[in-house]
Amino acid sequence: MKVVLKNVNLIHPEQKIDEKNVSILLTDGIISKIGKLSKEDLDGAKELDLENKYVVPGFFDMHVHLREPGREDKETVETGCNSAANGGFTAVACMPNTEPAIDSAEVVNFIKEKASAHLVDVYPVGAATLKREGEVIAPMAELYEAGVIGFSDDGVAIKSASVLRRALEYSSMYNVPIIEHCEDESLSGGAMNEGVNSTILGLPPVPAVSEDIIVGRDILMAEYTGGKIHIAHLSTATAVEMVRQAKKKNLPVTAEVTPHHFTLTDDAVKSYDANAKMSPPLRTQKDVDALLEGLKDGTIDVIASDHAPHAIEEKEAEFQYAPNGIVGLETEVALTLSELYHKKILTLEQVVKKLSINPRKICNISIPKFEVGESANFTILDLNLVWTVDIKEFKSKSKNSPFDKRLLTGKSVGVINSGKLFYNDEMISI
Amino acid sequence: MPLNSRHLLGLQGVSKEDIQLILDTAHTFREILDRPIKKVPTLQGKTIVNLFYESSTRTRISFELAEKRLSADTVNFSISGSSVSKGETFKDTMQNIEAMKVDMVVARHGAAGVPLFLTNICDANIINAGDGIHEHPTQALLDMYSIRQKLGKLEGLKVCIVGDVAHSRVALSNIYGLLTMGVKVSVCGPSTMIPRYIEELGVDVIHNIDEAIQENDVLNVLRIQLERKAKEYFPSIREYAKYFGITQERLDKNGKDILLLHPGPINRGVELSSEVADGSNQIILYQVTNGVAVRMAVLYLLGTLN
Repeated sequence: MKVVLKNVNLIHPEQKIDEKNVSILLTDGIISKIGKLSKEDLDGAKELDLENKYVVPGFFDMHVHLREPGREDKETVETGCNSAANGGFTAVACMPNTEPAIDSAEVVNFIKEKASAHLVDVYPVGAATLKREGEVIAPMAELYEAGVIGFSDDGVAIKSASVLRRALEYSSMYNVPIIEHCEDESLSGGAMNEGVNSTILGLPPVPAVSEDIIVGRDILMAEYTGGKIHIAHLSTATAVEMVRQAKKKNLPVTAEVTPHHFTLTDDAVKSYDANAKMSPPLRTQKDVDALLEGLKDGTIDVIASDHAPHAIEEKEAEFQYAPNGIVGLETEVALTLSELYHKKILTLEQVVKKLSINPRKICNISIPKFEVGESANFTILDLNLVWTVDIKEFKSKSKNSPFDKRLLTGKSVGVINSGKLFYNDEMISI
Repeated sequence: MPLNSRHLLGLQGVSKEDIQLILDTAHTFREILDRPIKKVPTLQGKTIVNLFYESSTRTRISFELAEKRLSADTVNFSISGSSVSKGETFKDTMQNIEAMKVDMVVARHGAAGVPLFLTNICDANIINAGDGIHEHPTQALLDMYSIRQKLGKLEGLKVCIVGDVAHSRVALSNIYGLLTMGVKVSVCGPSTMIPRYIEELGVDVIHNIDEAIQENDVLNVLRIQLERKAKEYFPSIREYAKYFGITQERLDKNGKDILLLHPGPINRGVELSSEVADGSNQIILYQVTNGVAVRMAVLYLLGTLN
């Protein structure tokens, strides 16, 4: 089938493409022409008029929880992929804190099989240790062969420095990152950031230094072993500075931030709404400012959602007993555009790098190309669309978001990948 | 004059006028407690549920007596642990209770924020009887009432809250209430038991108990919750008692007629020596009696609002 994307603006930072008002012809999901199209090209084609819209290499969220296998009541591979497509992603990496954990080729294959027919590519992250228990490293070679793009005990940090060392040494054979949830177990267990708000709200606190200690440990160990560390959901000012210094020394350290950590502060906890409960917790304005600076100067490579679906009844509970995390796939692109692009923290090119190019580089995944003969892997953006978040419209099975009813500017209006087009709330094969 | 809120969730943000009104109303009820027949028909026909998700003897009895003396119908609902562990969610439990048509809920819960959460899911008047380490407003009100009765005023006094401030719901409510009433407030305890950033609320932090005795008119001595995690925050009970415990010797040494409050139950020999706990400075049982009157006042003011 022929599809024509008419009058689009093309941005591809890696290929140094920045073109205005061109058209793209796709034939059976493959790019067959870019530029001015002839009458013949248009003949019998499905035309999408995308004037003033931007076509960018498909976004990749390298930190999501699909909950399958184990908690299919919260999310499945399919609903998670639908959520990703609706949010503007053509690929996701799913974290291994499933039940069972992704610590065997069987579980990797199970997830890949579930995702095989979908527009969205799913790249499992393997557990760094067996059952994510932090004692023995997982069968990394077998997991790598089955297709994982990194290893993590996400939800917690790898328990001890000695196991982290082995994990980094072993994984470096495959040049894939260890993705670390940085939190010192002995300092954790609180419900929100330690600060004046935790004192006022009477909620058990978790201090910022809990994150900083593990970020410091991990950077030192990356330097010592030469293995790649990717710091997940960076949230403190001190940790940003540590990553900045590590990069100055050219250490194999990369970092990501979530939209909620660069948008909200712990003021959001004041209503005791458990949708403001996450790990790491929402921090202070000083931390948010440091994260924005880190995004700007390149210290933070990646924006990722930490999409964490939870059932309504789990979140409509006492704050300190509610589980951590929020769904993020369907607000991530819009929050990035609203809070970073429109507020002139990042250029569009930087946004594309952090949502598409950098995460693929970190995970060794090939970057979609805008060239004739290449498979189309696009995210289509309307930068100026003003819309209001409505959790009821989420494709995710779960609705736990603190951004319900928030007015945002900019949105993904469609994605194309694997010979499929998602546009106008409709998924079609092309 | 009615209260400005139909709930009592805490003393943060409660106006001076409202606190004054509660204390003045408590004073009229206090007199009833000394009558041979300690009952008035004020809340006849009102149903009050005492929802205690955490074990508590004195607070529950105090509320229950207050309710009965106002002629309300009362139901006690006690359950330990979180709702999650019981299978039924807290919200479902509450909606079930509310479906039985109750007018007021007195809630004690181990998790901060539960009373506020209750206001979102049911229509009854909510009274916080202690939520996690957040607030315990009626305790602070009865403390303030007791101080006012004994010293004739609140404004201009100096009050120090002593002990495990970090794990106390009594401390925060007292801080808010006392500051609103024009009291100079400080906290004193081992630094591991003083929450960070507490000074941002407008209180001074000290770590020397002798200084606390010298500088203040009133000490409100908190209970060290030995049954909880408190033990992790100081090396030993012996060391705590030695450096932060209040003994008669210490009071005599500082030669000052200080008023001592304690929310109870006391750990004799830890935060207060037995001699002090039975001595002439303390007003512990007086507080307990006043507690009933203060709770009657709160129930009356909220229960007759609509």
